Amino acid sequence: MNCIAFIQTKGGQATKASLEAAGFAVGIGQTVAVVSGELNGDGGLGAVGITRVLQGAGDLDDSQLGRLVSAAADQEGATVVVCAQDHLGKAIAGRVAVRLGAGLIAGVTVAPEGESYTRNVFSGKASAQITGSTDRLVITTTPNAIGMPAASDGTASVEAFNTDLGERKVNILEAAAPSTGGRAPLPEAELVVSAGRGMKGPENWGLIEDLADAVGATTACSRPVSDIGWRPHHEHVGQTGIAIRPNLYIAIGISGAIQHLAGVNGSKVIVVINKDPEAPFFKAADYGIVGDAFDVVPKLTEAFKAL
Amino acid sequence: MEFLVCISKAPDTTTRIAFTDGDTRFNEEGVQFIVNPYDEWYALVRALEIVEAQGGKVVIAAVGGADCDPILRKALAIGAHEAVRIDVQPQDATQVAAEIAAYAKGQTFDAILCGKETIDHNSSAVPAMLAEHLDVPCIALATSLDYVDGKAVMTRETANGIEKISVHGPLVLSAAKGMAEQRIPNMRGIMAARTKPLQVLAAQGAAPGTSIQRFALPAEKAGVKLVDAENPAELVRLLREEAKVI
Ligand SMILES: Cc1cc2nc3c(=O)[nH]c(=O)nc-3n(C[C@H](O)[C@H](O)[C@H](O)COP(=O)(O)OP(=O)(O)OC[C@H]3O[C@@H](n4cnc5c(N)ncnc54)[C@H](O)[C@@H]3O)c2cc1C
Ligand SMILES: Nc1ncnc2c1ncn2[C@@H]1O[C@H](COP(=O)(O)O)[C@@H](O)[C@H]1O
Repeated sequence: MNCIAFIQTKGGQATKASLEAAGFAVGIGQTVAVVSGELNGDGGLGAVGITRVLQGAGDLDDSQLGRLVSAAADQEGATVVVCAQDHLGKAIAGRVAVRLGAGLIAGVTVAPEGESYTRNVFSGKASAQITGSTDRLVITTTPNAIGMPAASDGTASVEAFNTDLGERKVNILEAAAPSTGGRAPLPEAELVVSAGRGMKGPENWGLIEDLADAVGATTACSRPVSDIGWRPHHEHVGQTGIAIRPNLYIAIGISGAIQHLAGVNGSKVIVVINKDPEAPFFKAADYGIVGDAFDVVPKLTEAFKAL
Repeated sequence: MEFLVCISKAPDTTTRIAFTDGDTRFNEEGVQFIVNPYDEWYALVRALEIVEAQGGKVVIAAVGGADCDPILRKALAIGAHEAVRIDVQPQDATQVAAEIAAYAKGQTFDAILCGKETIDHNSSAVPAMLAEHLDVPCIALATSLDYVDGKAVMTRETANGIEKISVHGPLVLSAAKGMAEQRIPNMRGIMAARTKPLQVLAAQGAAPGTSIQRFALPAEKAGVKLVDAENPAELVRLLREEAKVI
């Protein structure tokens, strides 16, 4: 089977989520990667088993990227197109599926096994096995779910790929640094420190920031905390905020309501710090500390710093 | 300004999920259905705010059976002007997008607003598919929408940072948090909704692209391991040596 992996790059390197998608595609069949714009060497793609990269023009909008990827699939006779279910993947996978007349299985969480693909449904409260009912298929992979492919020492050759992309319709007026500063964006973060209403007020978030710094984590919060304006909207995780699946999620002063759990239950390890031993979150936790966050968190920060 | 807001029916956020027919079907028994929160709180409310300020109308559309009518009435009670239901029980995003596109092609909307995802299927697929059918830009996960000199101006957060973007002409967007605040319908809205038009259209017969074979519930957690509040260093040790996540 021939596959296309669409790769998002940052500073000429494939993003981690894209490398996971590439590895997933390699697990299905002979895979050619497609990138838009500048690439540093092979962008790290040889190391995940890619041997050929098609390099299209840079600065494309979602519609042009859809055309680029679909044209590559046609040229290579690919029956499966894979990309990461990240911000960009959500903007273009559906476009590629329509162009190719392909079904779309979005947000796959398990390495490929046969014809059916596993993804989460009901906000992580269940999973489903899905099959395609079309000749071609578009698959997006959930970041930090499938894991990085084993490294190989190969390198990929890069060839220019030119095709009619139509005109650009989206204009960028301004661009600012990510709201997470230097930290990983929440959907891709491996380590997350999150806090809820138990922190009493925004003036106490210094404790949370200090712990996040010591852990090297991205910060998040429960919905009421962002609704009252203690923290910015983009930190809100849960069913109606961002769904995350870090390796480690530390939840401080969060009760563990079902809507909160729905966005964080994909985390590999959950640590709960709550002064109420009956807090529902403990049922979903791997490790817990029953105690007052104002005592426990500074001590925990020191313990992380001592590593 | 004329907006089309795509509305889907979703199980209430507190629903305990269960399956029937050999785990091939979601068990709807006793389940309370709501308007998908992203569609209601973010997409619909923002469309209403813009129309309230600048004039125009908001049409809502759902692909689904008569079981969608109560949630369409709810969205009408919040303030939408007209509702359209495309009468077929959809199997996946491919089918939904094709049906909405077939309807939208015969109309002139300034923008089509969707939620960022449905909370049952979580695919974030319909908006981009719809945009491709209509050959217009798709702004995924937009956090704001304004019209400045007749141009749509939006913000979105990408892996590379926060972007402010503009599009001239029609577009599709999917709304994420930040776009607007939830509105609670009042008595007047609920009364008015009863007489607002709800048009039922025959489906075009678009085919789905995928099918669900089986559902499964996640494995239960083994149980929490408690660490003494006086000894957080022990937690750090466990995370490093036992869980191996740091
Ligand atoms: C449709 C819908 C969608 C929703 N979506 C989301 C969502 O996406 N994300 C989300 O988070 N919520 C969501 N919610 C809200 C959710 O139901 C809860 O209300 C919310 O998660 C509670 O936030 P919290 O845990 O911060 O606050 P609370 O429930 O008030 O809990 C505070 C916790 O802090 C503990 N605490 C207090 N003081 C201390 C202290 N000194 N030290 C340690 N612990 C302390 C308390 O014991 C308590 O457990 C949604 C609700 C609805 C109806
Ligand atoms: N059956 C439907 N009818 C109308 N709109 C829908 C339907 N399903 C999904 N949508 C819209 O598409 C968005 C994304 O859905 P999904 O791709 O299923 O995650 C939703 O937030 C809705 O705005």
